[in-house]
Amino acid sequence: MSVDSVGTWKVGTVTAVRSETPTGRSIEIDVPGWGGNLAGQHLDVRLTAPDGYQAVRSYSIASADATDHLELAVDRLPDGEVSPYLVDDLLPGDQLEVRGPLGGWFVWRPEQTEPVQLIGGGSGIVPLVAIARAHAASGSTAPFRLLYSVRTPEDVFFKDELARLASPTFEITWVYTRAAPADWPTKPGRVSHDILAASVIPAGDNPSVFVCGPTGFVESVADLLVALGHPAASVKTERFGGA
Amino acid sequence: MGIISRGFSGRSREHNPDLPPGQFLTTDFPVLSAGPTPRIDTDEWEFTISTEKGTTHHWTWAELMALPIEDIATDIHCVTRWSKFGTSWRGVSLDTLFKDVDTSYGYTMIHSYGGYTTNVPLADLMGGKAWIAFEFDGEPLHPEHGGPARLLVPHLYFWKSAKWVRGIEMHKSDDPGFWEQNGYNIYGDPWKEQRYW
Repeated sequence: MSVDSVGTWKVGTVTAVRSETPTGRSIEIDVPGWGGNLAGQHLDVRLTAPDGYQAVRSYSIASADATDHLELAVDRLPDGEVSPYLVDDLLPGDQLEVRGPLGGWFVWRPEQTEPVQLIGGGSGIVPLVAIARAHAASGSTAPFRLLYSVRTPEDVFFKDELARLASPTFEITWVYTRAAPADWPTKPGRVSHDILAASVIPAGDNPSVFVCGPTGFVESVADLLVALGHPAASVKTERFGGA
Repeated sequence: MGIISRGFSGRSREHNPDLPPGQFLTTDFPVLSAGPTPRIDTDEWEFTISTEKGTTHHWTWAELMALPIEDIATDIHCVTRWSKFGTSWRGVSLDTLFKDVDTSYGYTMIHSYGGYTTNVPLADLMGGKAWIAFEFDGEPLHPEHGGPARLLVPHLYFWKSAKWVRGIEMHKSDDPGFWEQNGYNIYGDPWKEQRYW
């Protein structure tokens, strides 16, 4: 095993699990010695089978504070090896090994004062929730907006929390790609140039933009943002997909 | 051995000697990028190698295509834990591009369109270990995967194989590039699991 400043594996104890969507759940873990993480960082989770076989995957962290308590949210991948266990089998009281926090790029720090546009697709909302939580907790007056694209209303992660976070300084735009709520004014459809032009903080306000979601979503949204005049250097992306 | 995960059996039991520790096999080709995908036309594409002596070697796309082109079959390993076996590429060896380069420096900084950088020791680019690749699986390299051309240095984690490559700058010391400043290992040997700082 490699040894580096990320540190050794730490043993966490699951304190709560909560169903978020038909295929996803959030997981709260106490990890003595964790010591907190920046908003937007991820960690490695390691599972060990009785015969010693191990599997490790990275997951974004939904929490962002200085405590030993952290929260993940995981979507079950159809052919996944680790995510089905985390979504279907893990129970409060179970132990998990984690290592981190990891990543120094897709992060937001409370001392940043520029406007921030968050754009999430599906479970790509997880690191953006961490950023939104850190923003709210810091009392930062930097204008924030979130655009959240989901297939259907059932697929929303952190629904109640986002409702609580929404405010005049944290506007949320919802995009439904397959099925919208009954009274929704527009037809379901993918995030388009027109939607972004109407709801994203304009390039002229020099926002930092964070985009996270499946590869196809992020590719499409990032291209549209550049076409709308956002400098590529101010658009940070995090993709997941395939395996 | 770690804490046993209650009820976890895992998927694969066969030890595969070609799979570095902590990796799993995929047949997909996932994408890892820090920002939007640059779109570079081959008409405007240019590749340079610059040295401490102030010399800059230039290649246009047509000049690159006129060099000896090699077929490369290799396994690739991403720090995000997927590995892909038997990928096929076409490209120009760095040995060919460095033939007339006179440098006493031992390290390189790879530069990409879009601003990405990564550091690789010169020795890791020489001796048939690295290429400027422009075809994947018999097709021109897609922009998402670094087209029109990317560095291919498959014995290191794949973030070292810089997409949208535009040049190599000789460095006296092993200075960290983009991901190397953002939490990833300075060298990145998959067989030693050199993932993070």
